[in-house]
Amino acid sequence: MLHKLTAHELHKKLMNKEVSAVELCKNVFERIGVVEEKVKAYLSLTEEPALSMANEVDEKIKAGNDISHLSGIPTAIKDNMCTKGVKTTCASKILENFIPSYSSTAVKRLFNEDIVMLGKTNMDEFAMGSSTENSAFWITSNPWNLKTVPGGSSGGSAAAVAADEAVFALGSDTGGSIRQPASLCGVVGMKPTYGLVPRYGLIAFASSLDQIGPITKDVTDCALILNAICGKDLMDSTSLDTEIPDYTRALTADIKGLKIGVPKEFMGEGIDAKVKKLVNDALKIFEKMGAVIEEVSLPHVDAALSAYYLIAPAEASSNLARFDGVRYGHRTKQKVENMVDMYSKTRAEGFGDEVKRRIMLGTYALSAGYYEAYYNQAQKVRTLIVDDFNRVFEKYDVLVSPTSPTVAFKVGEKFENPLKMYMSDICTIPANLAGIPGISIPCGLADGLPVGLQIMGKTLDEMTVLRTAYAFEQEFGFKEKPAL
Amino acid sequence: MDYEVVIGLEIHVELNTESKMFCGCSARVFGEEPNTFTCPVCLGFPGSLPVPNEKAVEYTAKIGLALNCNVAGYTKFDRKNYFYPDMPKDYQISQYDLPICYGGYVNVEMEGLAPEGSDPRGYVRRVGITRVHLEEDTGKLTHIGESGRIGGADYSLVDFNRAGVPLVEVVTEPDIRTPDEAKAFAQKLKNIIEHLGVSDCDMEEGSLRCDANVSLRPKGAKELGTKSEVKNMNSFRAIQRALAYEIERHGEVLEGGERIVQETRHWDAAKNVTMSLRSKEEAHDYRYFPEPDLVPMELSKDWIADLRKTLPELPDARKKRFMEIYKLSAYDAELLTSSKAMGDYFEECIKSYSDAKKINNLMMGELSMHLNAANLKIEESAVTPKHLVQLLKLIDDGQISGKMAKDVFKEMFETGKLPKIIVEEKGLVQISNEEEIEKIVDMVLEENQKAVEEYKSGKGRAFGFLVGQVMRLTKDSANPRLVNKILRKKLP
Repeated sequence: MLHKLTAHELHKKLMNKEVSAVELCKNVFERIGVVEEKVKAYLSLTEEPALSMANEVDEKIKAGNDISHLSGIPTAIKDNMCTKGVKTTCASKILENFIPSYSSTAVKRLFNEDIVMLGKTNMDEFAMGSSTENSAFWITSNPWNLKTVPGGSSGGSAAAVAADEAVFALGSDTGGSIRQPASLCGVVGMKPTYGLVPRYGLIAFASSLDQIGPITKDVTDCALILNAICGKDLMDSTSLDTEIPDYTRALTADIKGLKIGVPKEFMGEGIDAKVKKLVNDALKIFEKMGAVIEEVSLPHVDAALSAYYLIAPAEASSNLARFDGVRYGHRTKQKVENMVDMYSKTRAEGFGDEVKRRIMLGTYALSAGYYEAYYNQAQKVRTLIVDDFNRVFEKYDVLVSPTSPTVAFKVGEKFENPLKMYMSDICTIPANLAGIPGISIPCGLADGLPVGLQIMGKTLDEMTVLRTAYAFEQEFGFKEKPAL
Repeated sequence: MDYEVVIGLEIHVELNTESKMFCGCSARVFGEEPNTFTCPVCLGFPGSLPVPNEKAVEYTAKIGLALNCNVAGYTKFDRKNYFYPDMPKDYQISQYDLPICYGGYVNVEMEGLAPEGSDPRGYVRRVGITRVHLEEDTGKLTHIGESGRIGGADYSLVDFNRAGVPLVEVVTEPDIRTPDEAKAFAQKLKNIIEHLGVSDCDMEEGSLRCDANVSLRPKGAKELGTKSEVKNMNSFRAIQRALAYEIERHGEVLEGGERIVQETRHWDAAKNVTMSLRSKEEAHDYRYFPEPDLVPMELSKDWIADLRKTLPELPDARKKRFMEIYKLSAYDAELLTSSKAMGDYFEECIKSYSDAKKINNLMMGELSMHLNAANLKIEESAVTPKHLVQLLKLIDDGQISGKMAKDVFKEMFETGKLPKIIVEEKGLVQISNEEEIEKIVDMVLEENQKAVEEYKSGKGRAFGFLVGQVMRLTKDSANPRLVNKILRKKLP
């Protein structure tokens, strides 16, 4: 039952030599062997290198060397983070056989901590989607109900953690891609402040919004992983040069006097009544613990979704241009007339519908004559949203809302209706536009499916976000597990 | 109708920084084996990110300062999007609305090349500099097939060594009025940048590339006519010829009552024509937007002021100094400072030889002649300043005549030997012994009675003939001054 434990619990067992890293690794692969057929969280598994990594950790323990908090911990990595020598596909046909010669900074930092990588997880192609149904390879199921989606785009990572197929995972979050699947799968998922975790090696979707973060079984693990992956990287100009605190110091459970704002725009129409009820219950728990709760307003977030669906596709249309069949990845095998024909056929074959839809949207938004009305206007809205958050954060320490307007929906339910699918991220997108940190933690079950509570904080105030989340976790004690 | 020619230039200059614009790869890639100076960043591999080369930003600001530009306090990079196989990311990181430098000018001396109707003496064309911005270079394509172009090629090869080399673009105002001015401006710009030492500025190696926008408008009109853009001008001469061709073409089209089509045209140096490359309708929509992988840069006033202090002496100041210190004419000083290497050569000479005029004459005479004939640059010359000064001293000391010096110079240029060595090896010593010359003169007078008679009867030409005979007999080694003197003494 080792696979059910958290990283900090397992760390103790490894230190006490109650269990070896190899045993742990084998145990998790056994678990994968049992449930992966149903969940399909992984795109690729790397059992052999995982066992040899685990073996190295055991050697270190045997030699009496110090090991880090994450040493030997079985980890899953979203398949849009480059892993040296291991296929990295972005769940896209265009990168189906792409093996990078370098690892992303976040992954490298985890390797420096001697984590054991189990494999690469499924996702919506190029992180575009909220259900993981946009994977070019297969659909991942929500471990709580196999007929429902795990959310997305980091659906594979969230499902793997929820199904105990990994102790923790890395995801990426452009408009909610960590928090929303964490919410739908009943696990913890955090998007740190933009720039806190370096993006080098993360295959870009929307550069000004993308952020890597952890998906874990509890808030303590989340803090431990942030300790490992945050901090300036010389390979990423947009990474922040800021002192990194020890995030585990936030885990105090003391929130007396904490000022919590509840944005009314996140509790209005479109939010499922059962979700709303569980969030209100959570607010009562906060109140009981001594926090002050008030309704606040972010008047411009109504426009957040529209702004996001101009900015993100605009950047994506440019970021994805490089997949042209010239240097790497898929190239058409059809006969081509000329260069443009080669580009067209390669990209027509290599990209899925949602990716194509967003490339077209973004290309349009940046086109001569439309730039002002679309892209530039969206940037102005973004500034207004940043101002909104700044204003409320003058008075409040954190903002609390639902993470997702609904619980996990049925496979296929929203697939044919992109606009409906886009609404899944209505509560998470504003934090990306503002660049602020946000976490999703479980706050109960509705109809047997998890509901996530989102806590957003000030720029670089991960400490308060973690403290709030930890306090709730301790008080609420969500212990349910999916029956697989 | 009388037309006015309007030309604006866009000049690309590759910076000679150690590393590329956005990665750590070496930027010294000319002539290297294809695709050996690359990494995930300059190959545009997924997940890679650019990190700006601060030296390149500094060099760009230096160029701007040297061109009398403002340096922006706040500047940023943008993406220029278009698909082409030599572009690893299928967008180029460039600058759009906030370039590093803007609003400058260059004065171009047009001595003797003034347009008709203006005073040719000291004529200067002031060319406004719209902007100087920084971007990354692309890779290089080689098209295999009969056409040599991408259309119709069997296949194409791409070398990404050059991809990501820092590239500065200088854009001028449409202030240029003749092909000569365009050429002179490009040469002046090259000269200034060479003095800064931030680029090799070699058109053959492609580290300096020039595009031009040309249009004609009725004389006196304020509005610009429809322009064509000319590309692929690979030498200064090509700039001049391509523009001359294009101006004539515009004139013919307009005179024929037709309209100029806005388009990009390709200069074919072999055929001496420009050819349409693509029309305005086919032009790319570059979809510029701020590069989200980079943060905007703030350049402080102090940083700019400190940078200004590091600027070396530039051609205009150098020319002025040459005129003041060495008393050279404006014409000579202009020529001597027309390239950094030329000025450096002169200054190396003047360190050990004080007569600037004589140095100038030898540089502009024999040295330039031989360099041109051999198609060499002055920095490639086997005749170094040390050689040149030694030769001048040999002439001054009367050891060799000016005429002998020409032959010695030729050998110096061909062999790289010091003039003293050549003179010794060939036994070329000027005869300055009066008695010795007198003997030869006597001999010549004896043998050329007819000429002597002619001279006596007033035919001045005969004197020159007699001098020539003396020189011939001495194999040009007699001191001509003495030969003249003695002949005059002997002939009544």
